[in-house]
Amino acid sequence: MGKAPKKKNLADKVRKAKAATEIKNNPFEVKINRKKFDVLGRKSKHDVGLPGVSRSKAIIKRKETLLKEYKQKNKSNKFIDRRLGEYDAKMAPEDKILQRFAIERQRAHGKRDVYNLNEEEELTHYGQSLAEIEKFNDTVGSDDESEEKGLLSAELTASHFGGGGGLLRKKTSGGYQEDEQGGQKIKSRQELIEELIQKSKQEKRERQVQKEEAQELTEKLDQDWKSIQALMVKKTPKAENVDKPEEKAKPEEYDMMVRELGFEMKAQPSEKMKSPEELAKEEKEKLQKLEADRLRRMMGDEGGDGVQSQVHMSADDLNDGFVLDKHDKKTLAYQDGKWNIEEETEDDKEEEGESEKEEGSEAEGENEEGEEGSGEDEDGHSDLESEQESENEENDEEETLNREELKARQEAAKAELPYTFAAPESYEDLKDLLHGHTPDNQRLIVARTQKCNHPSLAAGNKLKLQKLVGFLMEYMGELATRSPPELGTIDKLIPELYALCQMFPEAAGKSMQSILGDAAHSMEEAVEVKGHAAFPTLDMLVYLKVTALLFPTSDFRHPVTTPALLFISLTLTKCLVRSLQDLTSGLVLCCLAVEYVSLSKRFLPELINFLSGTLHLAVQDKASAGCMVVPPFRLSGKYSDLLVLSNSESCSSWRKENLPLSATQQLELKSDLNKDHYSRLNCLSTCLDLVKRCCLLYKDLTSFTHIFQPIRTLLSKHLSSHMLPSPLQELHSEILEAISSASVTHTRLVFEKKKPIPLKLFTPKIVEVLDYGKKRGSTREEREKERLKHKYKKEFKGALREIRKDSRFLAREKLSEVMNRDAERKRKVKELLGSLATQEGEWKALKRKKRK
Amino acid sequence: MAPAKKRNVSSKANAKKIKIDFEGIVERILKSRKHANDVFDVLEFLQSEKEKDVICAVDACCKLFCTLLKRKDLFIGKLPGEDEAIKGEHSPDEKYKIFMRHRYNNCVEILLEHLHHETHEVKESALCCLMKFAAEQGLHPLEDLDWSEYFSFPRELIQAVVHNILSQSLDNSLLISRFQEFLEMDDIRYYVMSFIRDNVATVMNKSKGAVLPVYQSNVFTLMLNINMPSQETELTNFMVKQETKHEDWKAAKLHDHKRAFERMWLGFLKYKLPNSMYKKILVVLHDSILPHMSKPTLMIDFLTAAYDVGGAISLLALNGLFVLIHQHNLDYPDFYKKLYNLLEPSVFHVKYKARFFHLANLFLSSSHLPVYLVAAFAKRLARLALTAPPTALLMVLPFIYNLIRRHPSCRVLIHKPSSEDELLEDPYVMEEVDPALCHALESSLWEIKTLQKHYHPDVAKAAMLINTPMTEQEDDISEVLEITSYELMERDLKPTESKSFPLEFETAAHLLEGRGEVLGRHFCLA
Repeated sequence: MGKAPKKKNLADKVRKAKAATEIKNNPFEVKINRKKFDVLGRKSKHDVGLPGVSRSKAIIKRKETLLKEYKQKNKSNKFIDRRLGEYDAKMAPEDKILQRFAIERQRAHGKRDVYNLNEEEELTHYGQSLAEIEKFNDTVGSDDESEEKGLLSAELTASHFGGGGGLLRKKTSGGYQEDEQGGQKIKSRQELIEELIQKSKQEKRERQVQKEEAQELTEKLDQDWKSIQALMVKKTPKAENVDKPEEKAKPEEYDMMVRELGFEMKAQPSEKMKSPEELAKEEKEKLQKLEADRLRRMMGDEGGDGVQSQVHMSADDLNDGFVLDKHDKKTLAYQDGKWNIEEETEDDKEEEGESEKEEGSEAEGENEEGEEGSGEDEDGHSDLESEQESENEENDEEETLNREELKARQEAAKAELPYTFAAPESYEDLKDLLHGHTPDNQRLIVARTQKCNHPSLAAGNKLKLQKLVGFLMEYMGELATRSPPELGTIDKLIPELYALCQMFPEAAGKSMQSILGDAAHSMEEAVEVKGHAAFPTLDMLVYLKVTALLFPTSDFRHPVTTPALLFISLTLTKCLVRSLQDLTSGLVLCCLAVEYVSLSKRFLPELINFLSGTLHLAVQDKASAGCMVVPPFRLSGKYSDLLVLSNSESCSSWRKENLPLSATQQLELKSDLNKDHYSRLNCLSTCLDLVKRCCLLYKDLTSFTHIFQPIRTLLSKHLSSHMLPSPLQELHSEILEAISSASVTHTRLVFEKKKPIPLKLFTPKIVEVLDYGKKRGSTREEREKERLKHKYKKEFKGALREIRKDSRFLAREKLSEVMNRDAERKRKVKELLGSLATQEGEWKALKRKKRK
Repeated sequence: MAPAKKRNVSSKANAKKIKIDFEGIVERILKSRKHANDVFDVLEFLQSEKEKDVICAVDACCKLFCTLLKRKDLFIGKLPGEDEAIKGEHSPDEKYKIFMRHRYNNCVEILLEHLHHETHEVKESALCCLMKFAAEQGLHPLEDLDWSEYFSFPRELIQAVVHNILSQSLDNSLLISRFQEFLEMDDIRYYVMSFIRDNVATVMNKSKGAVLPVYQSNVFTLMLNINMPSQETELTNFMVKQETKHEDWKAAKLHDHKRAFERMWLGFLKYKLPNSMYKKILVVLHDSILPHMSKPTLMIDFLTAAYDVGGAISLLALNGLFVLIHQHNLDYPDFYKKLYNLLEPSVFHVKYKARFFHLANLFLSSSHLPVYLVAAFAKRLARLALTAPPTALLMVLPFIYNLIRRHPSCRVLIHKPSSEDELLEDPYVMEEVDPALCHALESSLWEIKTLQKHYHPDVAKAAMLINTPMTEQEDDISEVLEITSYELMERDLKPTESKSFPLEFETAAHLLEGRGEVLGRHFCLA
């Protein structure tokens, strides 16, 4: 057993002795790894292995590390020298001593002398006592310091910190060389250091002097500049700064001044008033941006659909509709500026009024408090009552004058509207609020309600105003259904509704949607039952018009206007024309339809159908017409002669006049044939004008001629112009001209050119291969994971192997230890036995001698 | 008889008491023949003014005569006159039977009259009563069964009922729907069908072919309520079971049912019909009439006539024609030409739009159609689409695309790249009736290009599809066939989270302002 390690050791020795080449050439040392495939051009590291060499290497390494550790095992005592720099070979012995001393001092000081106030050491800075420095009124500031910091020279660091510097090292090493001179060495060094310190101090002083000079110069320059600056800028806030005492004047001031100069130069133009042209330009730009946005939506780009671009949203906008004053003004602006002025004066008045009211309420006492704010009527009364009360109460002569004054003011206030309104909680509230007022006052009331309940004023206001939008719309509908319809009031309320809508697009959109949805639903039901429906009432027409005012009609898809257009289309296709009223309603809808598509120029077949049907109503002999009529119109029937002109005299006396919108509900019964005839002519003229507009709108459509074919045949063959009054004759000829002037030729349809598909290329596709033999095609992360797993496995195996080898090595060591121990024991026993044997022998010999 | 009359007087005095007493009277009459004269009381009430009394009396009669029929207490055979019977030599028993039989006849007459009563309840109870009589009579026939080939069935009674139901002045649809439950019985159905035919023939001949809307609608409702069995084995529900030769009975054979059904309908359709009736018939023709006819091809005359009428009627006739062509090998000359000419602006507006386009889709799904024909259809539809509402457009655009997909040679309609930039007028002739001569193949579908500017976003998007080569997959148009404007609106009205409401940026100040002021130009506020 004991032989094997010895042998190996011997082999190792031999191997070490041999040169590397010799080992490699020895076929017994070399193990050749068989290759499965011979790959050309690949260099393999591991084709030849030297197992003996590597094994011996491993064993040596273990002996150095593992074996040592093993030997040290269970031996915890250790001598460690903790003195500073004991193991630092780089440190000079003097330094070591110095530092050790310093630390000792520090330690002693820290512990014992914390509360020892008397025995304080003088603190220095740059070798000067700090107390002394404080006495000077040196203006050298932080700037100086920073300059000084940059000047850490090698010598300085060396002198301060005692080490590191190459220069010092050289010198000290030089010193070592002169070691033989003994005591001289230390002395010369001290001198050297002193010299150094002196030198640096001198340098510093020189620099200080230089700096002071420079400072004086800059200060002088500043002074000069200030005198000039005062001339240049009359009212600079910095003028005060100039007067400030010198003591605070710091070099930063210059920087500040420079910056201020820059700012002042920039600030100057911004303070300048904008010229009207500039304002107009800005406005124009804004409008252009909005228009571009509109066009984008018209094309149906989905991209920024969710973004509302007309209102700038700041990051901390609460989305409560509160807008900065500039924008606010804009939304409330009246067309010609009147409104703005009015508003302002009103604001002033409002304040006055409020103060008045406060006075009033103070006078009237506590019993009136409940009534306040419940409505303007009560308010008026309360004023009156308070007046009476005050009259009853106060009889003093002196106060009469005062009272009269008050009275006059109250009278004036009574005539006026109150200035604050509570937001209506229900539709009935709103109706009560607006009941019995002139249209103008109603508008004022709504405007003031809106102002009083601005979302920025209280938390719940936003919700209140959102409700108000819905109520206002409902109110408009009701106004339109009254007889006679109060369209003037609606007209007045439009700006208010618009302003509210701008604040709450969501609420306005939702309520309009529900109105449209309900109307369409009821119409659809009527169509289900009867196959046709009645024309919508005036309120629906008003709603449709309001929709066009509030929402953009040109969007490719809009949650409100698209259903509105569908509703118009539904009415134009499903409602039978049975009277002139119906026809008027239809024409109003046509007008609306034209307005809806006037920007986007979208094609609305129902519009053309209705217009051609209307013209067909005016044709005298239907039988010979032989032209296409699209439902709801019929070729012949009870109501197909609605517009036939029979009375040629009235044609000459007819003048175009605008029909009232209420004509859609009830046309005054026309006993007078002439008048009836007039309204027919009115309808016809409206119809022809709409046809003309449609011609202009749709002239770019490819099927223009086919769309207008029925109208053309009607106008040219059956409705000749000599029967019409002269204004209509003009229209007639214009339309015919527009239709015939349109181009009838088109290029053939082809598909849009596709981007050509690139040809397949034959360059190989390069794929990153992380590990050979691993499946590819999985995602990057998966591959990475696989790779790491593999690596981990490899490492794990390797570590296991190493551990095994280690334990084997240790076992071997232990075994050899035991063997050694046993051998030692045997040897000792042998020795003992030997000595005993010799003793015995000697004793026996002695005995033999004795015997002899 | 005298006491009975006396009783009548008193009964009128306290009608209520008597009314409750109906059951008692019936009991008494049934119990002993002595009280036979009480029958007059009941008959009296049967003719009363008060509806409640009448209904009660009807119930009483029903009970009375049903029991009598069961007991065979009614005279069987040829009935002698009442006076004769009293004079003649009959046994008292026979006399009683003759008397009762006469009363029974009276009762039936009155009940038949009641079928014309104003109130529905009376009509209904009368009808039920009559049908019960019929059922009893079927079990206990009042005629002698002398002839072996004679099948017992209350023919006269049923005929009279049918005759009275088909009123010429009253709309009896409610009563007829009640009658339907009796029509479930196969023998009744069979006989009713033949009676209807006879009745229609006599009535219409009398009116000399003029339209009788009420009568015809009654007949139509009755005929529509006839549910024909589809298999011979289903013929099991009979009111009267024939003891002998049940197999030979015509009412038990499906074939005879079918023939009766067919003859009934043909007899009805022979005469001039009101327009609305035409539509109604055509709507149900293909699934409730044609399958039950023994020779459906006999309908060809009616259908071709209807097809030539034009308008909505033609559209509806298509369905029947389709069944004949498809299942019965009918060869219809110029069918597609006619179909082509049916395409008019109104097809997009009529109620039967969905049905029409469903069928048109079927007809045009054949891959053996000539290209010129398909192109003509596509072009014509496209041209008509210029006048169509959005709901129709959403259906007709995929329709056209499907046509082009099925017939790839039609692709020139939307893609003809060979000619470079030449301008040409549309060579298509809309007025040409013959699809072969209308030059559709030389044209392009510029109309769809126009519709790309349609106001509705969905339509515009659908029209945009012609800009790029189409997918191979055909669109399923069955979903869009029935779409309504409201559904279309709901797509936009539906509240979704992401939806924002872009606003008009031009400030609105007046109602009539804005966007060209078209409205303000022609209308004023007051």
